Parts: sequence; C-alpha cells; structure tokens
Amino acid sequence: MLDWLLASPAQRRLLADRSGISGPTPWLIAIMSFSMVIVAAAGLALSNTASAIAKAAEHRYSVQVSDGGRLPSVLTALRSAPGVTGAEAVPEAEMRSTLRRWLGTEAENPDLPVPTLVNFDAGAAADLVAIGKRVRAAAPDASIVAHRDNLKPMLRSLRSLQWLALGLVLLLAGAAGAAVVLAARGALDTHRFTIDVMHGMGATDVQVTHLFQRKIAIDALVGSVTGAAAAGVALLLFTASAAVLGELTGGVRLTLSDVLLLLFLPLGLTALATWVARSAVLAALRQAL
Amino acid sequence: MSGKGRRLSAIVEFDTVGLRYGTGAEVLRDLNFRLQKGGFYFLTGPSGAGKTSLLKLLYLAQRPTRGRVQLFGEEISDAPRAALPQFRRRIGIVYQDFRLIRHLSAFDNVALPLRIAGASEVEVESPVREMLAWVGLADRSSARPATLSGGEQQRVAIARAVINRPQLLVADEPTGNVDSEMAQRLLHLFTALNRLGTTVVVATHDIGLIKDTAGARMIRLENGSVVDPTGALRNPPNIPIDERH
Repeated sequence: MLDWLLASPAQRRLLADRSGISGPTPWLIAIMSFSMVIVAAAGLALSNTASAIAKAAEHRYSVQVSDGGRLPSVLTALRSAPGVTGAEAVPEAEMRSTLRRWLGTEAENPDLPVPTLVNFDAGAAADLVAIGKRVRAAAPDASIVAHRDNLKPMLRSLRSLQWLALGLVLLLAGAAGAAVVLAARGALDTHRFTIDVMHGMGATDVQVTHLFQRKIAIDALVGSVTGAAAAGVALLLFTASAAVLGELTGGVRLTLSDVLLLLFLPLGLTALATWVARSAVLAALRQAL
Repeated sequence: MSGKGRRLSAIVEFDTVGLRYGTGAEVLRDLNFRLQKGGFYFLTGPSGAGKTSLLKLLYLAQRPTRGRVQLFGEEISDAPRAALPQFRRRIGIVYQDFRLIRHLSAFDNVALPLRIAGASEVEVESPVREMLAWVGLADRSSARPATLSGGEQQRVAIARAVINRPQLLVADEPTGNVDSEMAQRLLHLFTALNRLGTTVVVATHDIGLIKDTAGARMIRLENGSVVDPTGALRNPPNIPIDERH
C-alpha cells in the first residue's frame, strides 16, 4: 500500500531527484505547520480554560443582601439548607477592593453603600427553589445569582475564540494544500517531457503519480515536522515565561490528549499534502491522452 | 503453421480514419489500410503530407477524430484512456528528435521501457547491456545524451524502442541524423527485429533505404490520404511470412 514511498534509485533518477529535498515547498509547509500548531495549541488552551472556568462556576452562587444586618441569619439559613456544601460571606474589604477598579479611591468612602455578598456552593442535586425560600425567609430582599449566568458572555467569547482557532487551523491546512497543488503543477511542468516519454512507453498515470507523490510526501513530512518542532520550542518558551497567564487561567495547561493531538497535526498535514499532490497530479495527467 | 508458411494477419487496421487538430482542416482523410503482422513498411510522402500525424495515430499519441482504428486486433479508437498503456507497451517508438531523457544515462534511457513494464533491476541489467552492445554503444552506457553524438543518440533511441521486443515498431525518420553507413546499420537492426516477428513502420524520405529492404512495402501519403491505386494496402494479399525475405 505504501510501496510508492520506497522508490528505487532508478525511479529517483527519473525526476533528477538528487538530494531528496529541494525547492520552496518544505519551507512553505514548515511555516504552515508552525502556524497550525501554535494556533491549535492556543485553541486547546482556550478550550481547557473555558472548561475549567465553567466547571468552577457550575455550582457556585452568590446571594446579595442589601441589609447587612441580616447576614448572619442568611449564612445560617444557607449552611443548614440540604445540598449546600459551603457558604462564606465576601469580606467588605474584598468588595471595596473590587469596586476600586471602577471607582478608584472613592471605593474607600465609608458613606458608600457596599452590598453584602455571600458565596455558596450547592451540590448537583440541590433544590435551588427550596434554598431560595430559606434565604428569603432570612432576608426578604435577598437575591440569588448563579455564577454561570454571569460568566456566560465570557464563556461564549472563549468558545468563539476556540472555533476561530479551529477555523484558522483549517484555513492553514487549506493554504498548505493550495501550496502543494501549485508545487505539484510546477513539478509536472518541469518534468513534462519525461512524463510524455514515459506515457509513450506505456507508463500508467499511477506510475507517474507515484514519482511526484513520493517527492512531495517527503518534502511535506520534512517541512511539517520541522515547523511543528519549532512551534513546540516556541510553546515551551512561552509557557515557561507565562506563569502569570497560568495564574489567570487557574493554572490551565495542555493535557496529554492535547499534546498527542498537536503531535498528530504535522502527520495529518503530511497526509493531506500527499493526498492533494496525488489528486492534483492525477487530475493534470488526465488532461493528456 | 503448415509447411507452406505462416499466414499474415492484420496488426493495424484503419477504416475511414480522419484526423484534425482542434477546429482546423483534416490533416488525414479517409485512411483505409491494413498492416500485416510481421510486415515491414515504409511510410513516405512529401513534407506536410501527414506522416508524423499518421505515426502518432499508430503509437497512440492521438485519437482519430473519425473512423475506426484497430491495433493488435482490438478497437482502440474509443478505448478508455486507462486501457491505452497496455497497448503502448507493445509498441516501440523511435522519435524523429530522439526524445531521450537528458538527465538519464544511456543505460537508464534504454532501461526505461523495461522498468515501466515492471521489470526488476536484476531483470533489467543484462538485456540493456546486450542491447547497448547490439547498437555499438557498450562503452557509452553511462554517458548522458548531451555527451553523445547525433548518431549515438539515435542508436540509444532505437535500443530503447526495441528493448521490450515490441510487436509494432514505429520509427519517424530514424536515419535522418546519421551518415549512410550508420543508416545501413540501423536498417539491419530493423530487419533483424522484423525477422523476429516485429511489424516495422518507418517514415522516411530516404528512397535508398526502401530499395535496400527486401520484401518491404511502401505506404505513400499525399495531402493526408494514402495513395493506394491498386487497393493492395486496403486488402493486402495473403503472403506467407517465410517468403518475404
């Protein structure tokens, strides 16, 4: 099945294939491969970040109490409610610190009414309606907000970026395919005379195609592995210097399956380039008798 | 197969064949002839008469725009493209311009038909050496075409055309680039091959060659049509193969 990869010296001589790797094709594919791996890694990191944030916020809720005096009873009501696994009041200092981002030093003004917040976690089976009733019994004006509702716009943006990354990977694969088509056509033009002579002697399209397919497969493999290796080095350097980013995303890293997927990309790109080259050469050969 | 000799049958049959390039006028018109298996034919005619076009039909570089062409007893006018390589492997071609692959050695050029037919390197080595010796180029096997003289290139082209022992050999002006002595040697190669059973079609302007080839028939083309006043090419007499030479 893959015997076309093992060309004899005589077959290699037919295309004057001396070094095995030549021309701009390996460089083009290396650039595509580098970009694909970087974009795919970013997309996977975004996906992991979105999942981590969504998971953390899945069962977390906030209770906003306008009357700070009712805070102890709200906490008691929450902690005694079935399904609630923990409830903590957000310290006023933390609230003011958060408000400082928008209000500046005015956030420290003691006259500023700072809402009282209680964060609580509820199990998956918790009855939120019943919990709400208990809270409102303790503080009638209290309101419960699910964190996942607050995070929805941000998660939607993250998912969009993830799809954008996938789209970019596909676009880069398409661009690599187009480059291979051009390279294949160029190689056909260069070797048109040899092909005509071979056809005249009874060479089949598949025999001729194997010569080009093998050369482009090797170019693509060398290019894509080189590009992916460079991307791997770049990602390692970036990860090492981006501890802050890790903190922002809860220390999210690429998983083993992500790394395997990234390792598959250069191989997938090689397979794509080989298939595209084969199709392009066969289509071009069919134009002749 | 009796003692009276083996009878010849048609290896090529043209029936009202016409050929035009694009939307131009027909360069070949109403060709009707049969080439007998084991025959030796010279294709003659003035420049522009359509000799090369007729040869292209013979070695399947063109399809007729009308009419019917049979090769080796099979209809090939509208044969699927994928079927053509098997026919081509039974035809040897000597091009007017040699068409040697310039980055390959003489050995590799001659070996090409065998390799295309799927022969292994072990199977290629000996026949190619023998063939190069046969055409007097045993010591030039590793030379590239650019370093060979016109006559040497012609002999490499002929060696390449006959290495596969083709059933039909088509040669376009094979002696056009060689001196008369070499022309005679090449003609002897062709007649030797013809005696082994290969049908030979040689397009040439060289009347001397025709005179020197016993038993050869002539196909004359004029203005894209075969001149056949007696109908001998259309309905060739059944000559026993043993009586031709």
